Amino acid sequence: MDVSAEAKRIMAVSISKLYASRAQRGGMRLHRSLLLSVIMRSARDLYHSACLAKEREELGTAHLVPVTPEEDAMDTTANGEQVEVEVSQVEPEPESPLTPPIQEPMSSDSGAAQGACKTRTFSGKETVEDKENRSPVSPDRHSRKRRGKASVAPDFLPSKRARLSLELGEERVLRTGRRNCCRAGDAFTTLSLNSNRAIAAF
Amino acid sequence: MVGVGRLVREGVRGSEQARTSRSHDSVSSFHRPLARVHNPTNKPGNRARIPLAMAGAGGGSNDVQWCFSQVKGAIDDDVAEADIISTVEFNHSGELLATGDKGGRVVIFQQEIENKSQPQCRSEYNVYSTFQSHEPEFDYLKSLEIEEKINEIRWLPQKNAAQFLLSTNDKTIKLWKISERDKRPEGYNLKEEDGRYIDPNTVTALRVPVFRPMDLMVEASPRRVFANAHTYHINSISINSDHETYLSADDLRINLWHQEITDRSFNIVDIKPANMEELTEVITAAEFHPHQCNTFVYSSSKGTIRLCDMRASALCDTHSKLFEEPEDPSNRSFFSEIISSISDVKFSHNGRYMMTRDYLSVKIWDLNMENRPVETYQVHEYLRSKLCSLYENDCIFDKFECCWNGNDSVVMTGSYNNFFRMFDRGQRRDVTLEASREGSKPRQVLKPRKVCADGKRKKDEISVDSLDFNKKILHTAWHPQDNIIAVATTNNLYIFQDKMN
Repeated sequence: MDVSAEAKRIMAVSISKLYASRAQRGGMRLHRSLLLSVIMRSARDLYHSACLAKEREELGTAHLVPVTPEEDAMDTTANGEQVEVEVSQVEPEPESPLTPPIQEPMSSDSGAAQGACKTRTFSGKETVEDKENRSPVSPDRHSRKRRGKASVAPDFLPSKRARLSLELGEERVLRTGRRNCCRAGDAFTTLSLNSNRAIAAF
Repeated sequence: MVGVGRLVREGVRGSEQARTSRSHDSVSSFHRPLARVHNPTNKPGNRARIPLAMAGAGGGSNDVQWCFSQVKGAIDDDVAEADIISTVEFNHSGELLATGDKGGRVVIFQQEIENKSQPQCRSEYNVYSTFQSHEPEFDYLKSLEIEEKINEIRWLPQKNAAQFLLSTNDKTIKLWKISERDKRPEGYNLKEEDGRYIDPNTVTALRVPVFRPMDLMVEASPRRVFANAHTYHINSISINSDHETYLSADDLRINLWHQEITDRSFNIVDIKPANMEELTEVITAAEFHPHQCNTFVYSSSKGTIRLCDMRASALCDTHSKLFEEPEDPSNRSFFSEIISSISDVKFSHNGRYMMTRDYLSVKIWDLNMENRPVETYQVHEYLRSKLCSLYENDCIFDKFECCWNGNDSVVMTGSYNNFFRMFDRGQRRDVTLEASREGSKPRQVLKPRKVCADGKRKKDEISVDSLDFNKKILHTAWHPQDNIIAVATTNNLYIFQDKMN
């Protein structure tokens, strides 16, 4: 099963749990919300890395460089709150014991607090060491198995993504082929912002 | 006392008990149950004589077999939410057993005096007192309802005829006094027996009122209410060995109280970050050391335990010791960060060890070694491959408790399908037992259960997929001196005892 689809599913489950806990008797539980946000962050990172792995396969390494400044454009020109939150998202990651295998593409950049999107660096390795989301043909991952197109942006995601890109008036490079994947990924970032704000509301 | 008598027969030495009690000379004016209790050593030589609280797998005469004794609670499957048991605690002598539920009620059971005609039976626990400890409240400022669920009950050491306990919900701790009344004054001159006043003009003779026996009445009255000290949800309370103070811990802070003073508490730990968005861990449990009144520990959602010494500074944000085991990279998975969250921490009775419970395992730590636990026991390792489903059905957030037996030789914790597990530290054996109505004939011996992780299921084994994850045992308690255990399923309390040979 596709790692990115699994990560998306976990994200959806986490978001619904987070929203459901608002209506819970006794109020939102800080511990539970924290664990949910940890899972969401991991799922988001997993999704990003799975997306990027697909991109890499589809487009080849020649197109990698323009990606980073574009993400920067989104992150650094965003309003201060977004940047601040993304910085704080990255900070805990070096301390997290989860960092090494799953976030391998991220780990080399986790020190640079430029925002979660930017932490996507490209290493030669797949990230899939987690047993949870192992696809049935995992030994063949590196091989010739052709990846399908990244799926359409999930429809459960709010339209914040559209609003942000309108606000920032960003120029998108290399829209085709990567559009759906990146859009969904960025929307994940937005949703993780929401989860962090949920905790900040305590 | 029933329990102590049996332990003496089974070889616990009195001199070792005295060594334990000498260490806390601070309070000696009254009898402390601790002094009677524990064989503090874990030396191999002593262990052989201590009854092994394991269901005999065809073992020798030393093996203890667990039998059903009693079950309390409604039989029907339709569980009212208010009846869900949320905490179980024996008092220091083991004579009283308190349970708290989601509806804010506390029910106390008392062990009856042993029936001389039937020496095979230990006495039963019967209801002693029931009272409503906490009511639902509403925080108008935050527009939040405050649940009345009792999160924890802790008994105070007995000082006089009355019993005292602390019970807490998410926000407020209450000190309850439970006292007996078995006499009442009769023969007033100006008052009838039912309380109506007599017209003084009709009184022709005077008499002195006297106390006459009456039916035993157990009264519970709130003596102190400790409120408004916690912004977050209280998860633990722990009474200090100085018998004057206690601590209460919520997600981010730990407060120190004096038992007599309700309008003031001292904050001794505060891990709230300046920016809440930088929050990475919360406090999940806290406990005072059983003998050192300056020492306490608190566990975190990241799987670490910090030991703090209150003599070092007023604010114990800096730990004296940090207990953390490096993660096993081969066990790394998507959910491994959240299953490392510690749900319970308990000191051993002798104060040399502490036990922590995370989602899949129980770990025993030597207080002198911080870099890894001395023992690790897998509770239900077969769930490791099911973590994704357990996340979806919320079971991964279940907070299991754990407990020691009286002499620290066996530890116990709960699992799913109404199973509970015991680990014998000395014998390196473990057993899985089930709390169910099917096994509930009087003195019926519990049969060990086995969960089959792979597909090759043997007879009498249960496969992982047929486990009922709605039947979870989160709360267990062990009598401090005897082989009697209280195991709480969702809304029933089971009491098991060892088979008397």
